[in-house]
Amino acid sequence: MPISYSIQLINLLASMLLLIAFAMLSQRRILSLINLFAWQGLVLSLSTFVVAYSTDQHHLYYSAGLTLLLKVMVLPWLLHRLIRKLNVKWDVETLINIPTTMLVGIALVIFSFNLAAPISQLSESITRGLIGIALASVLLSLLMMLTRRKAVPQVVGFLAMENGLFFAATSATHGMPLVVELGIALDVLVATFIFGIFFFQIRETFDSLDITNMEKLKDD
Amino acid sequence: MMSTNQALGILFQIYQSLLVVLLAPLLTGWVNQCRAWLQNRTGPGVLQPYRTLRKLFHKDAVMAYNASPLFRTTPYILFGCMWLAAAIIPIIAVGLPFSPAADVIALVGVFALARVFIALAAMDIGTAFGTLGARREMLVSFLAEPALLMVFFTASLISHSTQLPRIVDALAHHQFILYPSLAFAGLAFVIVLLAENARIPVDNPSTHLELTMIHEAMILEYSARHLALVEWASSLKLFAYISIGIALFFPYGIAEAGDWRALPLAIIALLVKLILAGAALALLETLLAKMRIFRAPEFLGTAFLLAVLGLLIHFLLGA
Repeated sequence: MPISYSIQLINLLASMLLLIAFAMLSQRRILSLINLFAWQGLVLSLSTFVVAYSTDQHHLYYSAGLTLLLKVMVLPWLLHRLIRKLNVKWDVETLINIPTTMLVGIALVIFSFNLAAPISQLSESITRGLIGIALASVLLSLLMMLTRRKAVPQVVGFLAMENGLFFAATSATHGMPLVVELGIALDVLVATFIFGIFFFQIRETFDSLDITNMEKLKDD
Repeated sequence: MMSTNQALGILFQIYQSLLVVLLAPLLTGWVNQCRAWLQNRTGPGVLQPYRTLRKLFHKDAVMAYNASPLFRTTPYILFGCMWLAAAIIPIIAVGLPFSPAADVIALVGVFALARVFIALAAMDIGTAFGTLGARREMLVSFLAEPALLMVFFTASLISHSTQLPRIVDALAHHQFILYPSLAFAGLAFVIVLLAENARIPVDNPSTHLELTMIHEAMILEYSARHLALVEWASSLKLFAYISIGIALFFPYGIAEAGDWRALPLAIIALLVKLILAGAALALLETLLAKMRIFRAPEFLGTAFLLAVLGLLIHFLLGA
């Protein structure tokens, strides 16, 4: 059975999304982490574009453009500026060592593929095999948030998680209504600004971005 | 009574085996020459490995007085294993008579056999360097081997066969399909190739006096014709790995079974692919830095991870 080239292309881009999620999980440097986030945005935007082209839905072109603008240019630029101002170019500190994290990641991928298999059979869209990959990249980003000690990588993990969700939306249901997408895009942008302010506050209070310090804030 | 087709098949099998043995040092020379150019040196020329081999074959062999027969026979076993591997891989045509002799798993076994013998021979003399090299070789290869097997399994799942000719046939002579799983397997294979052939991020092939060496440490005790055979076997190994890479990921242009007229074109395609692969390898080696030996397991772990991901993605997407 020959499969059309657009589906093959979407499958390839989905695999790249998963690969970038793993690369982020194994990354030791904050700067490379942000660059990987930008690459993930680019792959996401390309896949949205291909879905838009193959299913002929015009509003998906807008979301592809919005993704390109926001996630490839604005957010990485904001994050770069943030770490320059905070002067936090040092290595990422992890709670578990990286090979163990990768093994947990593999387990997560198997889990989400299994979880998504029955859901994909319900879906009738052309790109239904991709729900598993989207779910896996969401879980991998969550894992990254859990295993990082510093605030900046956690925020990158949060943003990458949103990337995974967005991919699930485009691949499974061919995009949300444009109003919802605009709302989410704005939310993410505002969240990044607020995170930026938080970073400064955390650093002013503790002289570091290590969020384990926040446990001291309890009322005893 | 043998038919013409069979006779031609055997003829081309012999031709491929001879071609591989003669071309392998040239490929090593080409990679070294590219590296020299990239490092702004003139380089010794692509024919340097042949000159080295001739020089080594004309020298008298020096042997440690406590060397056992194992030490003497290992170079021949090594050379034989690599030659056998190169004869099994479909390099110029798919339907050669020798290729059903072993599937990909047996091929990994052939590489493992050679590795066991070289490691034993390295420990045979009892010098510190030999033992150190053998241990490191085992550390690297026990991680590289499962990754290589996973790469082969991914390709086998796509083509429903572990026979290399059928894998190549399924990929090269049917409708072109993008396989995301093969992209992952390809990345994993490149890492395995670098590690198994003592290439730069894991080992440095052009060092003799460093505590970081792996492959060179094992063969320090060899001289003259034995060293020549070991060097030739390493060239053959590199050639075999690059041919496997070509067969799995860029098989386009290889002659179909029984289609002997496509052979001249297949040989030209092979040469072009080898030149490109050698240049790419040299570029990769120039861009990467040698990593600490204890980083090597993590590097190879990444290869295994990528191969497993490829396998999983094949099951999910069916492609």
